[in-house]
Amino acid sequence: MSYKTPLGQVRGLGSAKGGTRHWWTQRLTAVALVPLMVWFVVSILMMMGADRVVIVGWLDNPLVAGLMLVLILATFHHAQLGLQVVIEDYVHSDIWKIGLIVFVKFAALLLGGIAVISVLKLAFGS
Amino acid sequence: MLSIFHRITGVALAVGTVLLVWWLVAAASSAAYFAYVQGFMGSWMGIILLIGWAFSLYYHLCNGLRHLFWNAGIGLELGPARRSGILVFHAAVGLTALSVAIAFAG
Repeated sequence: MSYKTPLGQVRGLGSAKGGTRHWWTQRLTAVALVPLMVWFVVSILMMMGADRVVIVGWLDNPLVAGLMLVLILATFHHAQLGLQVVIEDYVHSDIWKIGLIVFVKFAALLLGGIAVISVLKLAFGS
Repeated sequence: MLSIFHRITGVALAVGTVLLVWWLVAAASSAAYFAYVQGFMGSWMGIILLIGWAFSLYYHLCNGLRHLFWNAGIGLELGPARRSGILVFHAAVGLTALSVAIAFAG
């Protein structure tokens, strides 16, 4: 049993019953993505047009593979949260809204999963 | 100013993750398939997509920093907000141009 007042129970959760978690996670992943993306883009620019051997050697380094995994997780989590907000703001039919949000979440999971497996495969050498 | 641009570039980046995943899958597959994907990235279509992706990334990243500063209560006044908006746009164009120069030089 909660001794909170009705106002206290409601405050901080809002209509979606999720409180500030969505907003906060979006900022958290954004902050993580700033250095990660700078690192990724600089790395990619330095390997422009390189052979597969170079990329494989790059991802063979545990530090690189680890950073790539965090980058993938943060990217797809951030993308999925952001797209959800965009859909919620512009799509007003409930069916389409829910359908699109589910599609975006599944697509993020699938693409993120494939990316993670690819990096792991290269990280464990094959 | 241009706040809708943050969303447009965000959506573009989300779509662009397909390129990133394709590239990773190719690297994890075979030398032949990786060469095929590299070939596509080097084609006119690929170059246009990559430049669009780079500009979207730089804009979204710089403007995202601007949003984070706003969240901290910094630069919310009309004057600084307008100036930082212009700065972000110039930074995105400059960084894209720099990246293209590095990509073609290397």
